[in-house]
Amino acid sequence: MTPSGRRVLIVEDDHNILISLKFLLENAGYDVLTASDGVRGWAALEEHQPDLAVFDIMLPALDGYELCRRVRASPKLQTMKILILSARGLDAEVAKGLQMGADAYLRKPFGTREFLETVGLLLVQTPYQ
Amino acid sequence: MSGPVIRCAIYGVLETMQPALKGPRLAALFMLGVLLFNYPLLQLFAHDGMIFGLPVLYCYVFCAWAALIGLMAMVVERSEQP
Amino acid sequence: MLTGGMIVVVSFAYVGLLFAIAAYGDRRADTGRSLIANPYIYALSLAVYCTSWTFYGSVGRAATGGMGFLAIYIGPTLMAALWWVLLMKMIRISKANRITSIADFVASRYGKSPLLGGLVTIIAVVGIVPYIALQLKAISTSFSIILHYPGIAMPEKLGSQLFVGDNTFYIAMLLAAFTILFGTRHLDASERHEGLVAAIAFESVVKLAAFLAVGLFVTYGIYNGFTDIFDRAAQDIRLQTLITLGGESGNYGSWASLTLLSMFAILFLPRQFQVAVVENVDERHLNKAIWLFPLYLLAINIFVLPIALGGLLYFPSGGVDADTFVLTLPIAEKQAALAMLAFIGGLSAATGMGIVETIALSTMVCNDLVMPLLLRLRGLRLNERRDLSQLLLGIRRGAIVGILILGYVYFYLAGEAYALVSIGLISFSAVAQFAPAIILGLFWKGGTRQGAIWGLSAGFAIWIYTLLLPSFAKSGWLPATFLSQGLWGIELLKPQQLFGLQGLDEISHCLFWSLLANAGLYIALSLARTADAAEHAQATLFVDATRHVPGAGSRFWSGSASVNDLLTLLGRFLGPDRAREALAAYARVRGVSEVNAIPADADTVHHAESLLTGAIGSASARVMIASVVDEEPLGIGEVMHIIDEASQVLAYSRQLEQQSRELEAATNELRSANLRLTELDQLKNDFISTVTHELRTPLTSIRAFSEILRDNPALDMAQRENFLGIIIRESERLTRLINQVLDLAKLESGGGEWHAIQFDMRELIHESLRATSQLFNDNHVTISATLPDAAPEIIADRDRVMQVMQNLLSNAAKFCAPHRGRVTVALAPTQGALRVDIADNGPGISTEDQAVIFEKFRQAGDTLTDKPKGSGLGLAICKQIVEHLGGQLWVVSAPGAGATFSFTLPLPEVRA
Repeated sequence: MTPSGRRVLIVEDDHNILISLKFLLENAGYDVLTASDGVRGWAALEEHQPDLAVFDIMLPALDGYELCRRVRASPKLQTMKILILSARGLDAEVAKGLQMGADAYLRKPFGTREFLETVGLLLVQTPYQ
Repeated sequence: MSGPVIRCAIYGVLETMQPALKGPRLAALFMLGVLLFNYPLLQLFAHDGMIFGLPVLYCYVFCAWAALIGLMAMVVERSEQP
Repeated sequence: MLTGGMIVVVSFAYVGLLFAIAAYGDRRADTGRSLIANPYIYALSLAVYCTSWTFYGSVGRAATGGMGFLAIYIGPTLMAALWWVLLMKMIRISKANRITSIADFVASRYGKSPLLGGLVTIIAVVGIVPYIALQLKAISTSFSIILHYPGIAMPEKLGSQLFVGDNTFYIAMLLAAFTILFGTRHLDASERHEGLVAAIAFESVVKLAAFLAVGLFVTYGIYNGFTDIFDRAAQDIRLQTLITLGGESGNYGSWASLTLLSMFAILFLPRQFQVAVVENVDERHLNKAIWLFPLYLLAINIFVLPIALGGLLYFPSGGVDADTFVLTLPIAEKQAALAMLAFIGGLSAATGMGIVETIALSTMVCNDLVMPLLLRLRGLRLNERRDLSQLLLGIRRGAIVGILILGYVYFYLAGEAYALVSIGLISFSAVAQFAPAIILGLFWKGGTRQGAIWGLSAGFAIWIYTLLLPSFAKSGWLPATFLSQGLWGIELLKPQQLFGLQGLDEISHCLFWSLLANAGLYIALSLARTADAAEHAQATLFVDATRHVPGAGSRFWSGSASVNDLLTLLGRFLGPDRAREALAAYARVRGVSEVNAIPADADTVHHAESLLTGAIGSASARVMIASVVDEEPLGIGEVMHIIDEASQVLAYSRQLEQQSRELEAATNELRSANLRLTELDQLKNDFISTVTHELRTPLTSIRAFSEILRDNPALDMAQRENFLGIIIRESERLTRLINQVLDLAKLESGGGEWHAIQFDMRELIHESLRATSQLFNDNHVTISATLPDAAPEIIADRDRVMQVMQNLLSNAAKFCAPHRGRVTVALAPTQGALRVDIADNGPGISTEDQAVIFEKFRQAGDTLTDKPKGSGLGLAICKQIVEHLGGQLWVVSAPGAGATFSFTLPLPEVRA
């Protein structure tokens, strides 16, 4: 089922992964925004206030944790869902991310089906605005 | 009986300085004496000879005795420090 | 001409002279100008060793045994060399502990044991009795002989009448009277008798003078000098053996044992202990004594052999006892004055010994035998008797009389059988029993009381069995079969051939068995059980005495006392006046004006105890002090326990201190090691997580696009190709990365194979240019190379060098701006190496980045704006390779001015 009108922001510094994620989400009917570093990502968040944000943790300039923190500190973005992607595989990373306010995490490399399902689940819980 | 109560006390001790060589030197003279006045050397002199008209053994014993005493006197008088 | 009356008068006059000297000496001591604070007097007083045995007996022994008599004087000479160690220690200890007799010394060493004190006293008394008998015999014999002047008649069979009819008995009683007068006028805390020492020193001079006079007379008066006597002796068959060590005492075994015996005697005879230790005023006097005393012995012995030979030649029939030659020769030559001098000399020698020895023995009997017993007899209620000083004196006087009577009785029973010297040796053997307990006790802290008691008892018992009883048997008071067949007929128990040991003379035989048992039991028992606390404290005090300042001692007290109580106690034993005097002296030492102001502390109590020790011995003094001072229930045992604990605690805390210091050092080391480890760990973790990240990133793309391609069959061709391209590129990237990581790991761990071959660097550079030409074309960067015409070949791993070149070249290509990028390669030889420069006109590298680009996963460039190119491992790998090959890799660059990477490779060494 393809929910419509849902906006997703992807912040990922590896170009190829960014492309793949963009393709997947657009194919699934989401409205996709991208940013390749933390600063641009934050700007995009503030401006567009998507329903879901997908952060890679290892980002230049502003890392995923900091983005999470800012999101949770911001009143406008309280209801936004955050999905974090972890490449290093350290449990501590994931735990920290969740602590900082992420709602879900995925370890790289993840399967596309897994990714889409997680995104769907997160967005189901979000009330329509 | 009243009186001040006395408590235990332990006293330390000090090292004293002694003329260092006197003891060992005297001990060496002792051993010399044991050598001079015992079997091997005595046997050497215990025969019927005369020297200066005196029996060899008699001469030896008293001369060695006097020499030993002389050495002991030297050790004692020389190494006495003020 | 020499009537009995005259002899008696002269004798009494001589003794009177001695008294006068003694009195004078005492008076001088009281006024503080001591007569005997003089090393020469000290050394002369030691000559009390020479008794009538020396005066008469040596000649007798020489006449039968040749030079063997000298052993008894060589021994003390040898021992004098060791005095510095042994006697000095004994003097120090005795002064520090107020020891006044040899029994007290032994008792004190082994924990102030009254049992040991009593045992030593008994051994001393029983052992010395024969010696005293010897003196009595000498006096009485010489008296009889000179009475017959000018005839020569040997005394009748001695001991024909016991006691009342016997002259000797009166002599003994007279000697007792003299002794009492000399030595027991009052009790002195230090047991010193200055006057007596002066008199003894005087006597030593008289003895020597008399003997030398007779000697000179015989040698030059009767004969014509030494050579004359010896010539004549040499011609006489009988006498030849005497010039050597012939005769009954002529064998070397006996010589050695007599030497050893006399070495012990000079230390342990009670009279020697008295004059050498107790009466010693200043330990430095020992210096002179060490050689003066042997000199005296030498002097008094020079004429012995000449007199003996002279006498034998003079009285060929053998009717005159050789023991009497010193007297009979002058008599035979009608030299009345000389004979009188000789008699006085002999009398001097005998009385000197008798008085000093008996005083010493009576002190021991009183302090170590009688008093301890009396104190234990509650019935006498001694604690409550007001004035005990008279009692003590009475005991001493009684002891003196008793000992002399015993001496007389022995003389009566056994004096007949032996020559003088032999009797003396019996006594020597008795006091030799003290040797293990004292000598070992002075140097071995492990010697215990039990060891001493059993050793002494065994040695004493064997002495009795092998020497004392046989002496009675030889005089007929015991059956002769005792000697010839052993006790109860058991051959092995023959007293002078014990267990079948034959071939030794009786003295050596006794010495062997008694010392064997004595020392053996002492050592065995001391090793079997350790000393108790009190013993151990005393042992330490004794053995370490020469390491301490004299006067140091253990002062232990826990109790309360008042000075008045102490004064009263001292008064009871020393007499009230002397007690007050002693405490007044002590008060001055403590810096207070009156006795009442003396602080009642441990020091005072200790001083009081030491004053008392001088009077009644250490064991009894302890008991008396304890009765006066209200002691808290802390017995010496517990106190020692506390010391032990305290010293253990001290030792333990020192150990702990040491350990904690070591611990601290170790902890610091550990901490820094830990720090290093943590850092390394951190680095390792960083590396691993970075590698993980670098591996998973391309993997993510590969998987994602693969799935996309699979799930979206309707993708258009362009996109398909695009995505496939990404997959392929990322796979390549992944592969590269994996290879690099593995490579780096191999390089860093030092593993990997390096194949060194010789090659031309120019060729390699050309090859690398060819390999990267495509890259340069794609990036539109020009590449040129400046190579010299000739270059020395290098020896290295070619593939690795190739790897470096390609890496550097591709870096240069990637970081140059396209179309404008220019890269040049230069090769030049330098000092012992070849240098390659790869210069580009790219953006350059900032100084901070220059520092980090050679590190793993680090790249130059603003992380915000520049996408990283490559894995970041390339330069790290290059660096490893170059350094492994012995070269260096570095960069010179400035932002905006391009970068030049350079590396060197060492040239092979030129072989001459």
